[in-house]
Amino acid sequence: MTQDADILIAGGGLNGPALALALAQAGLSVTVIDARPAPDRTEPGFDGRAYALAIASQRLLGMLGVWPAVGHRAQPILQIKASDGRAGERPAPFFLTFDHAEIEEGPMGFLLEDRFLYTAFRNAMAEDPRITLLSGETVVAQAVTATGASVTLASGASLSGKLLVGCDGRGSGTATRAGIGRSGWAYGQTALVTAIAHERPHHGIAHQYFMPAGPLAILPLPGNFSSIVWAEPDAQAAAIQALSDTDYLTALRPRFGDFLGDIALAGTRFTYPLSLSLANSFIAPRLALVGDAAHGVHPLAGQGLNLGLRDVAALAEVVTLAHRRGEDIGAPDVLNRYQHWRRFDATALALGMDAVNRLFSNDNPLLRLGRDLGLGAVNALPPLRRAFMRQAAGLTGDLPKLLQGKPI
Amino acid sequence: METASTIDPAEVAKFEAMAAEWWNPHGKFKPLHQMNPCRLDYITTQIAAEFDRDLAAPLPFAGLRILDIGCGGGLLSEPMARLGATVVGADAAPRNIPVARLHAEQSGLVIDYRHTTAEDLAAAGEQFDAVLNMEVVEHVADPLAYLTACQRLLRPGGLMVCSTLNRNAKSFAMAIVGAEWVMRWLPKGTHDWRKFITPDELYALIRQAGLDPVDRKGMVFNPVAWSWSLSDRDLSCNYVTASVKRG
Repeated sequence: MTQDADILIAGGGLNGPALALALAQAGLSVTVIDARPAPDRTEPGFDGRAYALAIASQRLLGMLGVWPAVGHRAQPILQIKASDGRAGERPAPFFLTFDHAEIEEGPMGFLLEDRFLYTAFRNAMAEDPRITLLSGETVVAQAVTATGASVTLASGASLSGKLLVGCDGRGSGTATRAGIGRSGWAYGQTALVTAIAHERPHHGIAHQYFMPAGPLAILPLPGNFSSIVWAEPDAQAAAIQALSDTDYLTALRPRFGDFLGDIALAGTRFTYPLSLSLANSFIAPRLALVGDAAHGVHPLAGQGLNLGLRDVAALAEVVTLAHRRGEDIGAPDVLNRYQHWRRFDATALALGMDAVNRLFSNDNPLLRLGRDLGLGAVNALPPLRRAFMRQAAGLTGDLPKLLQGKPI
Repeated sequence: METASTIDPAEVAKFEAMAAEWWNPHGKFKPLHQMNPCRLDYITTQIAAEFDRDLAAPLPFAGLRILDIGCGGGLLSEPMARLGATVVGADAAPRNIPVARLHAEQSGLVIDYRHTTAEDLAAAGEQFDAVLNMEVVEHVADPLAYLTACQRLLRPGGLMVCSTLNRNAKSFAMAIVGAEWVMRWLPKGTHDWRKFITPDELYALIRQAGLDPVDRKGMVFNPVAWSWSLSDRDLSCNYVTASVKRG
């Protein structure tokens, strides 16, 4: 049976293109099905959406040949300060500070705007003859045979491959159609996301304030700009989002503080409801799930994309090695190896983020004292602090080759 | 080649069930599935090295004729065919042949499966670039006669990959007590421990058969990772060798 491609990827966000590039490097043909329309030639404007890339993720982008196109646009994170706080008050005395000088790997990560990363992925895919990108298309049906998977697109076209990969987000249609259930819950929190211009330089420092209502992250962008991820209870967030820009800033100021001088809105205002959504299996016959389709996590500490890229690197490695030894790349043996590698790590991290958020989104004075002492203790112990930093940088665990900056 | 359409439908249903069993990673052949990536890593690396092929290139084994002795359901034959080789799969158990054929057909692969033995193929003058002789030698009545047949099947410059089980207290504990009695990975009586061969004995037999042993590695099961890996030093239980026929 002839197939349209070795691998079909449903979803053209960031994980889909990253996986397509990694698999194409192994000589496999890939078709990416992206719901978004084909981009026009104008460079997208600044909208403030950005990712905190862990070092491991940056290494992966390097191995995929994407980093040279975006590296000069990225802001290195030189220090991370985490603290307990309440709006309008000074941060708790026990600041937890992570400085990149304490680990040998260089900066702790990078802030990179979505528009640059997405454009770089599109360009890299366009240059690779083994990748076909179908824009403005969605998968509406899928089927599995002994030797492959096939999908039907909204346009009526059908495609077949040896393996289907769902990179289609936490509402993953590929997972639902394969009968994979999900577990999870909503946090009752919504993240307000935008970009802020400020008077004084941020010196590459990222801040995470654990507020009773939810965490506020201030992440440095190039120049005197920062990206904020501001979590509030759903109703509160909806009310804040409905405010005028002036009133929005008035609500933000006491939380943001004045350490960067005066602040102004610099980007589009987005909201994202926060929820945990874990697929009950990461695989099904001829199907693998990647990124939020497998595990939608609390976006605390920006781990969503980094966790997705870990899946990408692991699946690319498993499939590449299987292909080189002549195995059927969509066989259950091969997919089991991917699930075995990723599922524990992803679930542990998702539940860890959940626990941290529950611990900190609380105004109980005893809990506050306890966690301030806890942060202080971590801060006082350099080895523990380095361990936290390596975890945040994505440098711990059984790392796939691409995340180590090595070829498969 | 006999095709599925010439076989009685009831037989086809039976073969389909058997093929599904052979290829089910959690079924009766689970131990083989677990070991297969490790075996394939060794086989592909050795063939690539001997014939100067790049495993990252498309169809790296194109132009090579490979014999898989004791092919079973085709767990090694299919990967070799997928890498571009012309493959003959031989099995002494007649019922394995239609099962393997059916699965190859389902997988869109062309593989010449035959109910025959190494000795008969050698007598017929068949020649191969590589002979895969995996977990067979410990089951044959006369290992030297068998390895000599394998040698005759190789073209000058050809490569034989041969794996078996070491004979010592550990292999008795692992392969007989562990795999057959405790874990029930294999049916009781699958192996006769007295027929296991030490690496030095195997090297001596291979030399007597007219081949030059060039490499040997252990295949070690890691119960934490629940997977097999190759080892340069630990040949205490399962091990694999490569030998060449000097041209």
